[in-house]
Formats: sequence, structure tokens, C-alpha cells
Amino acid sequence: MPETTYREAVRDCLAAAMRQDPDVFLMGEDIAEMGGSMGVTHGLLEEFGKERVRNTPISEAAIAGAGVGAAIQGMRPVVEIMYQDFITLSMEQIVLQAAKHRYMSGGQVSVPLTVRTQGGAGWSPGAQHAEQLEAWLCHVPGLKVVYPSTPEDASGLLWSSIYDDNTVVFFEHRTLYPIKANVPEALSPIELGKARVHREGSDVTIVAIGRLVHVALQVAEQATEEGISVEVLDPRTLLPLDEDAIINSVMKTNRCVVTHEAVTRMGFGAEIAALVQEKAFDYLDAPIERVGSKFTPIPFAPVMEQYVIPHEEDVMAAVKRTVARI
Amino acid sequence: MSRGVTKLEQPTRLSRETLVSFLEEMLLIRRFEEKVEERFRAGDLSGFLHVALGQEAVAVGVCRTLESDDVIASTHRAHHHCLAKGMTPNALMAELYGKLEGCSRGYGGSMHLYDLATGNLGANAVVGGGLPGIVGAALSFQLRGEPRIAVAFFGDGATNTGAFHESLNLAQLWSVPAVFVCENNHYAESTPSHQHMPITDLSRRAEAFGMHCVVVDGQDIEAVYLAATEATAHARAGNGPVFLVANTYRLTGHYVGDPQVYRPKGELRELRETQDPIPRLRELLGVDEESWSALEADVKATVEASVEFAKSGTDPRPEDALLNVYA
Ligand SMILES: Cc1ncc(C[n+]2csc(CCOP(=O)(O)OP(=O)(O)O)c2C)c(N)n1
Repeated sequence: MPETTYREAVRDCLAAAMRQDPDVFLMGEDIAEMGGSMGVTHGLLEEFGKERVRNTPISEAAIAGAGVGAAIQGMRPVVEIMYQDFITLSMEQIVLQAAKHRYMSGGQVSVPLTVRTQGGAGWSPGAQHAEQLEAWLCHVPGLKVVYPSTPEDASGLLWSSIYDDNTVVFFEHRTLYPIKANVPEALSPIELGKARVHREGSDVTIVAIGRLVHVALQVAEQATEEGISVEVLDPRTLLPLDEDAIINSVMKTNRCVVTHEAVTRMGFGAEIAALVQEKAFDYLDAPIERVGSKFTPIPFAPVMEQYVIPHEEDVMAAVKRTVARI
Repeated sequence: MSRGVTKLEQPTRLSRETLVSFLEEMLLIRRFEEKVEERFRAGDLSGFLHVALGQEAVAVGVCRTLESDDVIASTHRAHHHCLAKGMTPNALMAELYGKLEGCSRGYGGSMHLYDLATGNLGANAVVGGGLPGIVGAALSFQLRGEPRIAVAFFGDGATNTGAFHESLNLAQLWSVPAVFVCENNHYAESTPSHQHMPITDLSRRAEAFGMHCVVVDGQDIEAVYLAATEATAHARAGNGPVFLVANTYRLTGHYVGDPQVYRPKGELRELRETQDPIPRLRELLGVDEESWSALEADVKATVEASVEFAKSGTDPRPEDALLNVYA
């Protein structure tokens, strides 16, 4: 199995789908000659031509909406929203159109659209280029939401997203693009709605998404030195959620920390905390801890930015607080 | 009330004194931007930086027609607008260094530069994001009977956003005192305008709303100033908004560090040789070597001083991040 970056894994999956299926095509700002602002679609213009790798104007509503329209015709468009902050401009088409056509038509219409977007803080772009908005999308019945944290998950989950008959919003984290892993050469799809246990443990479960999966794995490693055994679980698909995997893990460890880069308040972690107390209340030995960003926009000055977003120390502190309770 | 397109081909000459002051201001912006590129490459500056090499004449030519209480909204490419509207190089550089002495106290950064004292309502990292607010600012001037105007700067790429079309329509419908300045630098990031717009003549955008439009060569500061004088006077007199198209060129990458793979070979060199507004003005004025060197020295001192000021500025405390979330 070749070593592949997260960036290449996304690209290779797009290329594989486009090679086998003329209904798959791409639209987005600067995705053609430039290969996307993050370089993900690099080389695809050369292979597939400008009919299928379509540079668009700066028109996020129309990019998403044209994707919806083409998807209803049975194509499988993959659109790119350059930064997830700008998905706010596509929200009407995603939330009021894509997510609801199936339902409003009494089951006649499908919208097999994939909306790829990326983002994340830690590089001081300021408040309008650094948010994590996955929870907004998870609040919408009719959508699916995927957020891979590794190259192999990015590849297998993107494939399943393209071939899902629903609209999938697919989040990538900017700081994960260069990370490497072995990815099978022949694409192996990963079913949506299946969590991944990255590391087994017995004292506490960390449910982490995106960049924080890697932070959680480091914390788990360090924690062994202090005699704490940490299980790290990445839901990977946020909607639908693999509730059983989370509940089973917490029933085993009796403690739960949830972590993501989005602001803690009303974040994805709140749903996990609610789920765990509903379904595993009697198994819990400690309150569920949530670790996310502080409740502010992302500030520019690096010292403030670093203060706002969660780090290893924050996750470790939460782990220790939970295991300190008997 | 005039409608339609005015093309300014033969501007009346401005005084030498005025033009020299334009040259000073443009050169300051140029050297400031080059310093920003240099400091970013040296690793001093973090974040996402877009400089305006080549577009100085638009910012200076427009802003010099404004009163100090007129307001502007800018974009991700904002340094030139900010300086031209009166922000000090010190306050701007300190912001890029993330210091409390910066124009946005370190909370904003290059794409979020605010300076209410000089009528700067903020740079904006969302393409098209500043336009609706300019309609609202202009509306408030109209409602309060104030003789002020509101000006939005934006690029050719921004004219494809919904916000652009909604804003121009509303501005014209309510006849608010706004000027929409499109810096048509022929690219939206990597995408050349023929790939993002089905028209070449941007004035047709204004025509769709029945809005008065002025088109000008944005590399000719004299022409920009005169066109902006007409546009701002039109808006201020209560004749409604104006769409001002300044055709210009970005003589550098989209962002600092952009390898510009999308540019045809040789384009940048040719543009730098033929479309640089600064040598053009210098030639028009016949500035000799000696005066030029003196001017360069002055500008350099100001820019260097801004770096010193910024470097010796105060870092915010980490927990300052919790302030300013709410009024
Ligand atoms: C709504 C939105 N979509 C996409 C982007 C990413 N982006 C930043 S600048 C830019 C190109 C802007 O082109 P133009 O408006 O012509 O301004 P210029 O960069 O040429 O000054 C893009 C696509 C953004 N900032 N905001």
C-alpha cells in the first residue's frame, strides 16, 4: 500500500470516481488551473478537461444550487466550497433545497450531491477563514455530514459520499492535508455511519473529530505513562451517527471526553454528551467533559488564536478530571 | 439626472503640486506592500496576506476625493485603501504584527482592518461581504440628511456574488449616496475574468440597474481622480449611486507566496513594464533622479519606522481573546 497524503487521498478518490463514471464532475472556485486553493484538485483539469473540472465564479449559492440541480438529474456532482466559512453563503441551497427535496416530494426526488469544504484555525487567517461549522449542518434532517481525519478514511468515505443518494457535506481540515498514511491502491469504500476506534483503552473514551483525533491519539499515548488507558473513537460520519459504537465504548470505559475544534457551546460534542447520558447514564463514573474552542470568533493575533482553540493540554486535563472521579 | 456610461478620455490637467502628492502617496503604498511581502517571507508575519502592487492609483485617486467623514468598505486586498483613507502606516503594520497598537488591536489581521476614526468600516475577507453594509451606511446618511457618502471597494470577481447584485439594485432603488468602486484587475484569484464573467464590459452590470456608471483607466491616477470626483459629486448631490469601474492590474500574486501558475508566461513582466501607474506618473511629471531619490528616502524612512513601531508593540494577553465578543 503506497503512502498517501490526506490531500492526495481526496484527489485520487475524485479521479477514480471520474474515471469510472461520466456522471461525476467537479465545480468550484479556482479548482482548475490552480488545482484549488488547497491544491486538492491538482492535475484533474489535465486528465478530465474543463467540462468536468469546472472553475466557477465567486457565487457560492449558485455553485451549491447548480450541484443540487444536476444531482436531481441523476448526475453525481462534487462541488467545492473553498473555505467552510463561505458555506454560509450556500446555506439556503443546502439546507432549504438539497436537504428537503426528497421529503417535500414525498420521496420522488434524490439529490446525490457531495459538497466538499475545508477549514480550520491555527494559521492566523482571522475570524472569517477559520471556523468549524460542522454542527450547523448536523442540525438539518435530510443531510449527511462526513468529517474524515485520516487519508484512508478520506478516500473511503469520499467514495461513499459520492455514491450516496443523499446530499453529503464533506469536511476536510486544512492542517490535515499533508499527513500521510497507507491507503489501499484499489479504492475501498467505507460505509457512512460507521465509527472507527483508533485505539482501544479501558479507563476513558475520547470521542474526537477532525484535527482533534490526532491530538487525542497523542494524549492517549502520554496518558499511558501515567497509567491511564484511553480509548480513541472517531465517528467519521457525524450524521448519521454510529451511536452503538459510542455507547459500547463508554459502557466499557465508564468515562467520556468529547473534543473538536469548533466552539464547545452547541457543538457536535453537546450531542454526544446528550446521547451518552441518555443511553449509558448508569455506566458513567464521571461527568462527560467537552473540549472545544472558547466562545469567541477566531482572533487574528497568534497568541490569542492559540488561546482560543483546543490543544493537547486541554484534552489531557479533561481526561485527568474524569479519571480523578471514582 | 445623468444615466449611462461616461468615458473619461481627456482629463483636465491637475496641478503639479497635487500630482506630486499623489506620487508620494502611491509610492508609500508600493514600498509598504513590498515590505509586507518581505516581512512575510522572513517569517515575521502570519496569516493570509494580499497586497495591491499595481492598484495604488485606484485607492489614492478615489480616496483623495472623499471627505474625512465619508466611509469606505474594503476587501481582503485592503492595505492600499486603508492607507489612502488615512490610516497610519504604523497602525496598519502593527496590526499585521498582531499588536495591541494595531488598527484592530490585533483581533483583525490583514483581511479585517478597521479604523472608524478615518471612516474605514473595515476590510472584509468575504468577497462581496462589504457591499450590503455600504448601502446601509449610505441609507443612514440619506435618512439623517447628512452630506456624506459611502464607498465600497471590490474586485471584478466580486461582481459575480449575489451580494453585489442585491446591493446595487437596492442602492439604485432607494437612490442612496453610495459609490461602488470595482477594481477590475482581470483576475479573481487564479481565474481570469473571461472564465468567470460572460461579458467584458463591466459597465453593463450597472446598466442592468439603471445606475450611472463611469469607466476609467485605473493606471492613470489623474483620470481616476477626475472620474471619482464626478462619481462622488453625483452621489453627494443626491443623484443616486454610481458604479465606478477602474481597469487595473495586479502586478503580483493573488496572495503573498502565490506561485501564479495560472498566469500566461511573460504576462507579469509585460504588465510590470507597461502598466505600472507609478513610473507612468513619474514620467508625466518628469521627476529627476535627485528628487526621486529624495522621495524614495522619505518613503523608506516611513515604512521602516512602521516596522520598528510594530515590532516594539505590545502583544495582546492570550485571555484578551475573550474580550470584545459583545458590546
Ligand atoms: C465569498 C467568498 N468566496 C471565496 C473567497 C475566496 N477568495 C478570496 S479572494 C478571491 C478572489 C477575489 O477576486 P476579486 O473580487 O476580483 O478581487 P481581487 O482578489 O482581484 O482583488 C476568492 C475567490 C472569499 N474570500 N469569499
